[in-house]
Amino acid sequence: MRDPKTRRDALKCLAAGGAGTLFTLSGGVLLPLDLADAATRRHHGTPLFVQISDSHIGFNKDANPDVAGTLAKSVALVNAMPRKPALILHTGDITHLTRPEEFDTAAQLLSGLKAGELHTTPGEHDVTDGGQAYFARFGKASDNRGYYSFDSSGVHFVALINVLNFKPGGLGALGDDQIAWLKDDLAGRSASQPVVVFAHMPLWTIYEPWGWGTADSEQAFALLRRFGSVTVLNGHIHQIVQKVEGNITFHTARSTAFPQPTAGNGPGPGPLKVDAGVLPSMLGITSIAYARHPATATLTDTTLA
Amino acid sequence: MIPRLPMPALVATLVFATPAFAADASIVMKNFDFAPMTATVAAGTTVTWKNEDGEPHTVVSTDGLFRSAALDQNDTFKFTFAKPGTYRYVCSIHPKMVGTIVVK
Repeated sequence: MRDPKTRRDALKCLAAGGAGTLFTLSGGVLLPLDLADAATRRHHGTPLFVQISDSHIGFNKDANPDVAGTLAKSVALVNAMPRKPALILHTGDITHLTRPEEFDTAAQLLSGLKAGELHTTPGEHDVTDGGQAYFARFGKASDNRGYYSFDSSGVHFVALINVLNFKPGGLGALGDDQIAWLKDDLAGRSASQPVVVFAHMPLWTIYEPWGWGTADSEQAFALLRRFGSVTVLNGHIHQIVQKVEGNITFHTARSTAFPQPTAGNGPGPGPLKVDAGVLPSMLGITSIAYARHPATATLTDTTLA
Repeated sequence: MIPRLPMPALVATLVFATPAFAADASIVMKNFDFAPMTATVAAGTTVTWKNEDGEPHTVVSTDGLFRSAALDQNDTFKFTFAKPGTYRYVCSIHPKMVGTIVVK
């Protein structure tokens, strides 16, 4: 299509979605780019990261009888990318029922990723035992608290956990300790350093009746708003929903296991069965690429087919 | 003609003969709800929860008294309520799902 001249045109492209959708954030507006054009751009060694989410190892119902297979296909998709990612983020619901064998299978499949380190944050399916099994495997990064941060290629990554302290009414919550830690973690950082925040449940309210939101996230955003580039990566809802607010881009990822209905279109946020031929086009991963000057984050959602 | 006698005494007996509490109680998880949402039981009753949804659920006491594993479809969880009181619980995967057991 022609270069979009207005935000309305850009939003139409955004609604089209599909495999290999590519957006660049520039001046607070998402502009779609032709994929072929983007592939030929030189990257000057700028960083690339990948987000995988909601693998639900252990799920075996109609919506996808082979979630291990589709996770393996997602790993293959990452490995086939022309540029090797510096790191992988898994935004939770690694397992379906918190079972040890599910964590083992997931770890085995994810170890096939030909990328840098794997960083994780748990989903509510991972912590039905209060967090014991998840922290035994992934707790070291955060001393079993669930929240931690690190820098990679000049980007500051913040892992938040919002599935341990549910508020009455069902939204996720961060809790005062985590918010106090975040304030300390961000204090004194240059506003020009790009920040990526990743957590399982959406950090903004997408659909309150299904618990798609985090009750106390505004306290976190009050601390994040001064930064020039903030990218918020979430999972949980098994579909892509995006929002841009000032310098903050919010993005939820597809699942590698099964889709869910759009907000309100079903009895609850459960698995959505689609035709077997359609399923691969509703599963996938997200990659995040950075340009340096100005610091722009480019999100690319890729499906299995 | 023999006049019919009214039977108010018999009617009254039937009303008060209904048992107030079940010996054990069953709760189902269906369509992201606990049904019944509130159950009243006698102290010493064992309550059985059964998941009839395709989506897993948990049964977690808000007081830390009990916590089920993740319950897949047809899985069950039991807890015996020894002491009278009001016990609220929630599904930790879908925390909009809440229930109460009133123990008398």
